Amino acid sequence: SSVTPQPAVSMQPPSLEQLSPHWSQLEDDEAKDRFDVDVSVTNPEKVGDGMNAYMAYKVSTRTSLTMFRCKTFSVRRRFSDFLGLYEKLSVKQSLHGCIIPLPPEKSVVGMTKVKVGTDDPSSVEFVERRRAALERYLQRIVSHPSLLQDPDVREFLERDDLPRAVNTQTLSGAGFLKMINKASDAVNKMTLKMNESDTWFDDKFQEVESEEQQLRKLHAVVDSLVTHRKELCGNTAVFAKSMAMLGNSEDNTALSRALSQLAEVEDKMEQLHQEQAASDFFIFAELLADYVRLLGAVRGCFDQRMRAWQRWQEAQSTLQKKREAEAKLLWANKPEKLQQAKEEITEVKKVMKIC
Amino acid sequence: MTSIDESNKEKFRSVSVDLNNDASLLIDIPDALCERDKVKFTVHTKTTLSAFQKPEFSVPRQHEDFIWLHDTLVETEDYAGLIIPPAPPKPDFESPREKMHKLGEGEATMTKEEYTKMKQELEAEYLAVFKKTVQVHEVFLQRLSSHPNLSKDRNFQIFLEYDQDLSVRRKNVKEMFGGFFKIVAKSADEVLISGTKEVDEFFEQEKTFLLDYYSKIKDSTIKAEKMTRSHKNIADDYIHISATLNSLSVDDSTKVEGRVASDQELKLTELLRYYMRDIQAAKDLLYRRARALADYENSNKALDKARLKSKDIPQAEEHQQQCLQKFDKLSDSGKKELTIFKGRRVVAFRKNLVEMAELEIKHAKLLDFYELFKNELQK
Repeated sequence: SSVTPQPAVSMQPPSLEQLSPHWSQLEDDEAKDRFDVDVSVTNPEKVGDGMNAYMAYKVSTRTSLTMFRCKTFSVRRRFSDFLGLYEKLSVKQSLHGCIIPLPPEKSVVGMTKVKVGTDDPSSVEFVERRRAALERYLQRIVSHPSLLQDPDVREFLERDDLPRAVNTQTLSGAGFLKMINKASDAVNKMTLKMNESDTWFDDKFQEVESEEQQLRKLHAVVDSLVTHRKELCGNTAVFAKSMAMLGNSEDNTALSRALSQLAEVEDKMEQLHQEQAASDFFIFAELLADYVRLLGAVRGCFDQRMRAWQRWQEAQSTLQKKREAEAKLLWANKPEKLQQAKEEITEVKKVMKIC
Repeated sequence: MTSIDESNKEKFRSVSVDLNNDASLLIDIPDALCERDKVKFTVHTKTTLSAFQKPEFSVPRQHEDFIWLHDTLVETEDYAGLIIPPAPPKPDFESPREKMHKLGEGEATMTKEEYTKMKQELEAEYLAVFKKTVQVHEVFLQRLSSHPNLSKDRNFQIFLEYDQDLSVRRKNVKEMFGGFFKIVAKSADEVLISGTKEVDEFFEQEKTFLLDYYSKIKDSTIKAEKMTRSHKNIADDYIHISATLNSLSVDDSTKVEGRVASDQELKLTELLRYYMRDIQAAKDLLYRRARALADYENSNKALDKARLKSKDIPQAEEHQQQCLQKFDKLSDSGKKELTIFKGRRVVAFRKNLVEMAELEIKHAKLLDFYELFKNELQK
């Protein structure tokens, strides 16, 4: 069932509920998901050389829906295409009130390594993480009924030759989270606060806020864990060397051997710590960051609703003023001005309809 | 105010090998009280020796009393040829106290559960420092009691027996003075010991070995400490993570890393630290011997001068004889001491490394908790 956003007076909540990131609910939803559309992102391939090089991913779609040209098809897309899609979706009025999923963050460091061409495990890992994140992103999009209907989304999935996205610069420095936070702050500063008549929204908002807080906190701690583990790596390596030297100095042969072995064990420990730190970062921390961003997007929706309500309020008060003016004119018997006033009233009513 | 009991002490027993097995003089510290900065140890002695007034008795002692005893022994001429066991370090509660303070300040930012866990962790750290200091003081006394010469020392007996406050007997101002001179003399010793030509093969080897080993073990100790601190940081992070996960209503993951940091790295660090100090004590013996040798050489020169001037020959001869005797005595007992020291060190290292390895294995088993955690998540 597709949902169209309606004026603030009576809001249907289904789209928000469907995409609520509360974990247990997410599991329930996953069970109910019917995969009319299945999207996957695979086969990362490096295109070009040097600093102009980029990774191209294969985006494959399998679907039973008739709105698509074929049942299975695939295209090649690059990272900026995904960002471009988000850009297009996020400015559409028709999608206001929908939680638009966020693509993964840009990463200068990660990409530079890839461009330079070193085949070391960390850049391989980076590409893999990005691929997985892009896949998650698309899957979220197609499981949202409104987004699936959107022509830009369809074009993204189907069209062989997609025009290069040029507006992605706006997404560069700030990063998504900062962007959302800025918008959110602006809303909070608005003086006209909404009287929440629908408790469902109030509850959900509290939930989302507290969850986001928790996840942010968790993310910060995991970050700290990664840092400390890296420190431990360094210290263990240094210690292992020191032990080896001590073993060399030791004149009792058995003890000397024992100390040298201890040094080797500590060296191995350092390797383990390194691996652990890497997986802590890529798996745990990145996942948390992803969810925090998603919750940010949810909050963005709440904000949109609030802004819509505010505009509606403003329009209402404008309408009031115009009506009063009209009444005055009626009294004063000035037909041209009256016509003008009537036109103005019609305009305001149009604005209200959009709200 | 905290105190310990026997069962807890067992876990932290001897960095050195088991010293307390001569029934004629058994010493232990069964109890200790921590009041603010000061720790009061209860030194308990059980003896069959007639030198003591009673067969069993206990006295309260402070850290400063131990230092007094150590310094007195070091300054005793007769013991110049012996390795005096290293003095126990001052109890240092600075680190856990600072952390406790920070925790108090940050209380508002944590959930109640997190705060409780952090507090528990800190209390465990506090307790560990406390146990460590008791053990180190105990080992000091036990080293003395198991030494054939030092156990008979009169001051040692006073320390064990005197049931009044020892601080009256301690010299305060002179101690500080003496300390300063000690430091100056030490640096002169370093030069002396590296400069002196060594006639005795044994001592030459020992000197080279100990100097080298000392710098290496000091280095290892510092690095082991750094490693331990990193582990502790990670342990704290785990506490925060488990608390936050808990409030997101995911199953609680046990903090494995916390215990790992407290136990086995600490053991290794402590072992290294103790032997670093012990080796310093051995080096001190070498210094004294080197000084005696220098004295002897000087006395020879003085004798030659006297003979040339034909003046004061008998005194010079006497002096020379004394120096020679002293030097020989130091060399003899020094040789014995250093040989015993070698053996003791190897045995202690072995014992502790084995224990450490066992602890590591035990904790590897605890990592099965991660398995459980994973299974819970997949449900």
